[in-house]
Amino acid sequence: MSELVFDLLSWVLLCLGGGFVLIGGIGALRLPGFYTRLHAASLTDTMATILIFSGIMLQAGFSLAALKLLAIMLFLLLTGPTASYALANAALQSGLRPEAEWVGDKHGGDAS
Amino acid sequence: MNRHQRQSTAARPLQLAGLLLVLLVSWMLWSGIYKPLLLWLGLFSCLLSMWLAHRMGFFRHAMPLRAMLRLPAHWCWLLSEIIKSSLEVARVVLSPSLPVSPCVIELTTTETTDVGKVILGNSITLSPGTVTIDMHENRLLVHCLTRQSAEQLQELEVQRRTALLKIA
Repeated sequence: MSELVFDLLSWVLLCLGGGFVLIGGIGALRLPGFYTRLHAASLTDTMATILIFSGIMLQAGFSLAALKLLAIMLFLLLTGPTASYALANAALQSGLRPEAEWVGDKHGGDAS
Repeated sequence: MNRHQRQSTAARPLQLAGLLLVLLVSWMLWSGIYKPLLLWLGLFSCLLSMWLAHRMGFFRHAMPLRAMLRLPAHWCWLLSEIIKSSLEVARVVLSPSLPVSPCVIELTTTETTDVGKVILGNSITLSPGTVTIDMHENRLLVHCLTRQSAEQLQELEVQRRTALLKIA
Protein backbone atom coordinates (compact mmCIF):
# COMPACT_ATOMS: atom_id res chain seq x y z
CA MET A 1 0.00 0.00 0.00
CA SER A 2 2.65 2.49 1.04
CA GLU A 3 4.62 1.48 -2.05
CA LEU A 4 1.74 2.60 -4.23
CA VAL A 5 1.55 5.93 -2.39
CA PHE A 6 5.30 6.53 -2.87
CA ASP A 7 5.01 5.55 -6.53
CA LEU A 8 2.14 7.94 -7.12
CA LEU A 9 3.87 10.76 -5.25
CA SER A 10 7.10 10.28 -7.17
CA TRP A 11 5.25 10.31 -10.49
CA VAL A 12 3.43 13.50 -9.51
CA LEU A 13 6.81 15.10 -8.67
CA LEU A 14 8.40 13.88 -11.91
CA CYS A 15 5.50 15.17 -14.03
CA LEU A 16 5.50 18.53 -12.25
CA GLY A 17 9.27 18.74 -12.84
CA GLY A 18 8.77 17.98 -16.53
CA GLY A 19 6.09 20.66 -16.64
CA PHE A 20 8.48 23.23 -15.16
CA VAL A 21 11.16 22.29 -17.73
CA LEU A 22 8.54 22.90 -20.45
CA ILE A 23 7.45 26.23 -18.92
CA GLY A 24 11.12 27.28 -18.67
CA GLY A 25 11.58 26.43 -22.35
CA ILE A 26 8.46 28.39 -23.33
CA GLY A 27 9.69 31.30 -21.22
CA ALA A 28 13.11 31.29 -22.88
CA LEU A 29 11.35 31.61 -26.24
CA ARG A 30 8.68 34.14 -25.25
CA LEU A 31 10.49 36.56 -22.96
CA PRO A 32 12.24 39.57 -24.52
CA GLY A 33 15.94 40.30 -24.08
CA PHE A 34 18.91 38.41 -22.66
CA TYR A 35 18.49 39.08 -18.94
CA THR A 36 14.78 38.26 -18.80
CA ARG A 37 15.40 34.97 -20.62
CA LEU A 38 17.89 34.11 -17.90
CA HIS A 39 14.97 34.06 -15.44
CA ALA A 40 13.20 31.39 -17.48
CA ALA A 41 16.41 29.33 -17.46
CA SER A 42 16.59 29.64 -13.67
CA LEU A 43 13.10 28.10 -13.51
CA THR A 44 14.42 24.86 -15.04
CA ASP A 45 17.68 25.24 -13.11
CA THR A 46 16.17 25.20 -9.62
CA MET A 47 12.51 24.23 -9.42
CA ALA A 48 12.64 21.48 -12.07
CA THR A 49 15.90 20.11 -10.60
CA ILE A 50 14.40 19.86 -7.13
CA LEU A 51 11.14 18.25 -8.34
CA ILE A 52 12.75 15.71 -10.69
CA PHE A 53 15.45 14.68 -8.21
CA SER A 54 12.90 14.29 -5.37
CA GLY A 55 10.86 12.13 -7.73
CA ILE A 56 13.81 9.87 -8.60
CA MET A 57 14.83 9.71 -4.92
CA LEU A 58 11.38 8.38 -4.02
CA GLN A 59 11.78 5.77 -6.78
CA ALA A 60 15.18 4.76 -5.40
CA GLY A 61 13.75 4.30 -1.90
CA PHE A 62 15.79 4.49 1.30
CA SER A 63 19.19 3.44 -0.09
CA LEU A 64 22.69 4.60 -0.94
CA ALA A 65 21.43 5.56 -4.42
CA ALA A 66 19.05 8.08 -2.82
CA LEU A 67 21.96 9.61 -0.88
CA LYS A 68 23.98 9.93 -4.09
CA LEU A 69 21.00 11.53 -5.84
CA LEU A 70 20.66 14.01 -2.97
CA ALA A 71 24.35 14.88 -3.31
CA ILE A 72 24.01 15.39 -7.08
CA MET A 73 20.98 17.63 -6.46
CA LEU A 74 22.90 19.74 -3.94
CA PHE A 75 25.88 20.07 -6.32
CA LEU A 76 23.57 21.19 -9.12
CA LEU A 77 21.85 23.71 -6.85
CA LEU A 78 25.23 25.09 -5.73
CA THR A 79 26.79 25.32 -9.20
CA GLY A 80 23.65 26.43 -11.10
CA PRO A 81 23.44 29.97 -9.70
CA THR A 82 27.22 30.34 -9.97
CA ALA A 83 27.00 29.54 -13.69
CA SER A 84 24.05 31.98 -14.05
CA TYR A 85 26.11 34.68 -12.35
CA ALA A 86 29.11 33.99 -14.61
CA LEU A 87 26.88 34.24 -17.70
CA ALA A 88 25.07 37.40 -16.58
CA ASN A 89 28.24 39.09 -15.36
CA ALA A 90 30.07 38.27 -18.62
CA ALA A 91 27.21 39.90 -20.55
CA LEU A 92 27.32 42.95 -18.27
CA GLN A 93 31.13 43.28 -18.49
CA SER A 94 31.05 43.13 -22.28
CA GLY A 95 28.68 46.08 -22.33
CA LEU A 96 25.16 44.65 -22.67
CA ARG A 97 23.07 47.11 -20.64
CA PRO A 98 19.84 45.62 -19.26
CA GLU A 99 16.78 47.29 -20.75
CA ALA A 100 15.29 47.83 -17.35
CA GLU A 101 14.22 50.39 -14.84
CA TRP A 102 16.84 51.19 -12.18
CA VAL A 103 15.60 50.99 -8.63
CA GLY A 104 17.58 52.16 -5.60
CA ASP A 105 17.91 50.54 -2.22
CA LYS A 106 15.43 52.49 -0.11
CA HIS A 107 16.56 51.08 3.22
CA GLY A 108 20.19 52.06 2.71
CA GLY A 109 21.31 48.46 3.21
CA ASP A 110 20.82 48.20 6.96
CA ALA A 111 20.19 44.48 7.34
CA SER A 112 19.88 44.36 11.11
CA MET B 1 43.68 42.84 1.61
CA ASN B 2 43.30 43.23 5.39
CA ARG B 3 40.46 40.70 5.24
CA HIS B 4 42.88 38.00 4.20
CA GLN B 5 45.22 38.90 7.00
CA ARG B 6 42.45 38.58 9.54
CA GLN B 7 41.45 35.13 8.26
CA SER B 8 44.59 33.09 8.76
CA THR B 9 46.40 32.46 5.50
CA ALA B 10 48.03 29.18 6.54
CA ALA B 11 45.83 26.10 6.52
CA ARG B 12 45.29 24.74 10.01
CA PRO B 13 45.93 21.01 10.56
CA LEU B 14 42.33 20.48 11.71
CA GLN B 15 40.98 21.96 8.46
CA LEU B 16 43.28 19.74 6.40
CA ALA B 17 42.29 16.61 8.35
CA GLY B 18 38.59 17.51 8.12
CA LEU B 19 38.67 17.96 4.36
CA LEU B 20 40.67 14.75 3.89
CA LEU B 21 38.14 12.82 5.99
CA VAL B 22 35.16 14.20 4.03
CA LEU B 23 36.86 13.40 0.71
CA LEU B 24 37.84 9.88 1.77
CA VAL B 25 34.36 9.04 3.11
CA SER B 26 32.67 10.36 -0.04
CA TRP B 27 35.07 8.34 -2.25
CA MET B 28 34.27 5.16 -0.28
CA LEU B 29 30.50 5.79 -0.48
CA TRP B 30 30.54 6.81 -4.13
CA SER B 31 32.71 4.00 -5.50
CA GLY B 32 31.37 1.13 -3.37
CA ILE B 33 34.19 -1.14 -4.62
CA TYR B 34 36.83 -1.90 -2.00
CA LYS B 35 39.73 -3.40 -4.02
CA PRO B 36 43.28 -2.27 -3.11
CA LEU B 37 43.89 -0.65 -6.51
CA LEU B 38 40.74 1.50 -6.27
CA LEU B 39 41.46 2.44 -2.65
CA TRP B 40 44.97 3.64 -3.62
CA LEU B 41 43.54 5.56 -6.57
CA GLY B 42 41.01 7.08 -4.16
CA LEU B 43 43.70 8.18 -1.74
CA PHE B 44 45.67 9.67 -4.63
CA SER B 45 42.70 11.66 -5.95
CA CYS B 46 41.79 12.87 -2.45
CA LEU B 47 45.32 14.20 -1.95
CA LEU B 48 45.30 15.73 -5.45
CA SER B 49 41.96 17.45 -4.67
CA MET B 50 43.38 18.80 -1.42
CA TRP B 51 46.41 20.23 -3.21
CA LEU B 52 44.14 21.86 -5.81
CA ALA B 53 41.85 23.23 -3.07
CA HIS B 54 44.87 24.70 -1.30
CA ARG B 55 46.08 26.30 -4.55
CA MET B 56 42.61 27.81 -5.12
CA GLY B 57 42.65 29.43 -1.69
CA PHE B 58 39.97 27.12 -0.28
CA PHE B 59 41.39 27.25 3.24
CA ARG B 60 41.63 31.04 3.18
CA HIS B 61 37.87 31.26 2.50
CA ALA B 62 36.87 28.27 4.64
CA MET B 63 33.54 28.50 6.42
CA PRO B 64 33.39 27.86 10.16
CA LEU B 65 31.79 24.53 11.05
CA ARG B 66 29.23 26.23 13.32
CA ALA B 67 27.96 28.28 10.37
CA MET B 68 27.86 25.16 8.19
CA LEU B 69 25.56 23.45 10.71
CA ARG B 70 23.12 26.36 10.34
CA LEU B 71 22.98 25.85 6.55
CA PRO B 72 20.14 23.23 6.45
CA ALA B 73 17.76 25.67 8.16
CA HIS B 74 18.70 28.29 5.55
CA TRP B 75 18.04 25.76 2.77
CA CYS B 76 14.58 24.95 4.15
CA TRP B 77 13.64 28.63 4.12
CA LEU B 78 15.15 28.97 0.63
CA LEU B 79 13.07 26.02 -0.60
CA SER B 80 9.81 27.73 0.39
CA GLU B 81 11.01 30.92 -1.35
CA ILE B 82 11.92 28.94 -4.49
CA ILE B 83 8.47 27.32 -4.65
CA LYS B 84 6.68 30.66 -4.20
CA SER B 85 8.71 32.55 -6.77
CA SER B 86 8.70 29.64 -9.27
CA LEU B 87 4.91 29.68 -9.35
CA GLU B 88 5.02 33.47 -9.83
CA VAL B 89 7.49 33.24 -12.75
CA ALA B 90 5.49 30.36 -14.31
CA ARG B 91 2.36 32.51 -14.10
CA VAL B 92 4.13 35.43 -15.82
CA VAL B 93 5.56 33.19 -18.57
CA LEU B 94 2.23 31.50 -19.30
CA SER B 95 -0.07 34.53 -19.21
CA PRO B 96 -0.93 35.67 -22.76
CA SER B 97 -0.12 39.35 -22.12
CA LEU B 98 3.39 38.50 -20.77
CA PRO B 99 3.31 41.00 -17.86
CA VAL B 100 7.06 41.55 -17.38
CA SER B 101 8.41 44.78 -15.91
CA PRO B 102 12.18 44.16 -15.77
CA CYS B 103 14.15 46.28 -13.36
CA VAL B 104 17.64 46.39 -11.90
CA ILE B 105 18.05 46.99 -8.20
CA GLU B 106 21.21 47.83 -6.30
CA LEU B 107 21.48 46.31 -2.85
CA THR B 108 24.10 46.81 -0.17
CA THR B 109 25.24 44.00 2.04
CA THR B 110 26.72 43.91 5.52
CA GLU B 111 28.42 40.55 4.88
CA THR B 112 32.15 41.02 5.39
CA THR B 113 33.45 37.63 4.24
CA ASP B 114 33.62 36.35 0.67
CA VAL B 115 31.72 33.20 1.66
CA GLY B 116 28.87 35.29 3.10
CA LYS B 117 28.65 37.35 -0.09
CA VAL B 118 28.64 34.22 -2.27
CA ILE B 119 25.84 32.65 -0.19
CA LEU B 120 23.82 35.86 -0.36
CA GLY B 121 24.28 36.24 -4.13
CA ASN B 122 23.52 32.59 -4.82
CA SER B 123 20.44 32.67 -2.57
CA ILE B 124 19.09 35.58 -4.61
CA THR B 125 19.88 33.86 -7.93
CA LEU B 126 18.35 30.54 -6.82
CA SER B 127 14.87 31.98 -6.39
CA PRO B 128 13.48 32.39 -9.92
CA GLY B 129 12.67 35.96 -10.93
CA THR B 130 15.82 37.48 -9.46
CA VAL B 131 19.40 37.08 -10.75
CA THR B 132 22.53 38.61 -9.24
CA ILE B 133 24.40 40.11 -12.20
CA ASP B 134 27.23 41.97 -10.49
CA MET B 135 28.93 42.14 -7.12
CA HIS B 136 31.55 44.68 -6.16
CA GLU B 137 32.80 45.37 -2.65
CA ASN B 138 29.50 45.49 -0.72
CA ARG B 139 27.20 46.44 -3.61
CA LEU B 140 25.05 43.86 -5.39
CA LEU B 141 23.33 44.43 -8.72
CA VAL B 142 20.20 42.29 -9.07
CA HIS B 143 18.08 41.95 -12.21
CA CYS B 144 14.40 41.30 -11.48
CA LEU B 145 11.76 39.98 -13.86
CA THR B 146 8.94 42.00 -12.35
CA ARG B 147 8.66 45.16 -10.29
CA GLN B 148 6.97 43.08 -7.60
CA SER B 149 9.98 40.80 -7.09
CA ALA B 150 12.22 43.86 -6.74
CA GLU B 151 9.92 45.22 -4.04
CA GLN B 152 10.16 41.89 -2.22
CA LEU B 153 13.97 42.17 -2.32
CA GLN B 154 13.77 45.64 -0.79
CA GLU B 155 12.27 44.10 2.32
CA LEU B 156 15.78 42.67 2.93
CA GLU B 157 14.51 39.25 4.03
CA VAL B 158 17.36 37.45 2.18
CA GLN B 159 19.99 39.60 3.87
CA ARG B 160 18.45 38.95 7.28
CA ARG B 161 18.37 35.19 6.68
CA THR B 162 21.96 35.14 5.44
CA ALA B 163 23.08 37.21 8.41
CA LEU B 164 21.53 34.56 10.69
CA LEU B 165 24.23 32.14 9.49
CA LYS B 166 26.85 34.30 11.30
CA ILE B 167 29.69 33.36 8.96
CA ALA B 168 32.03 36.16 10.02
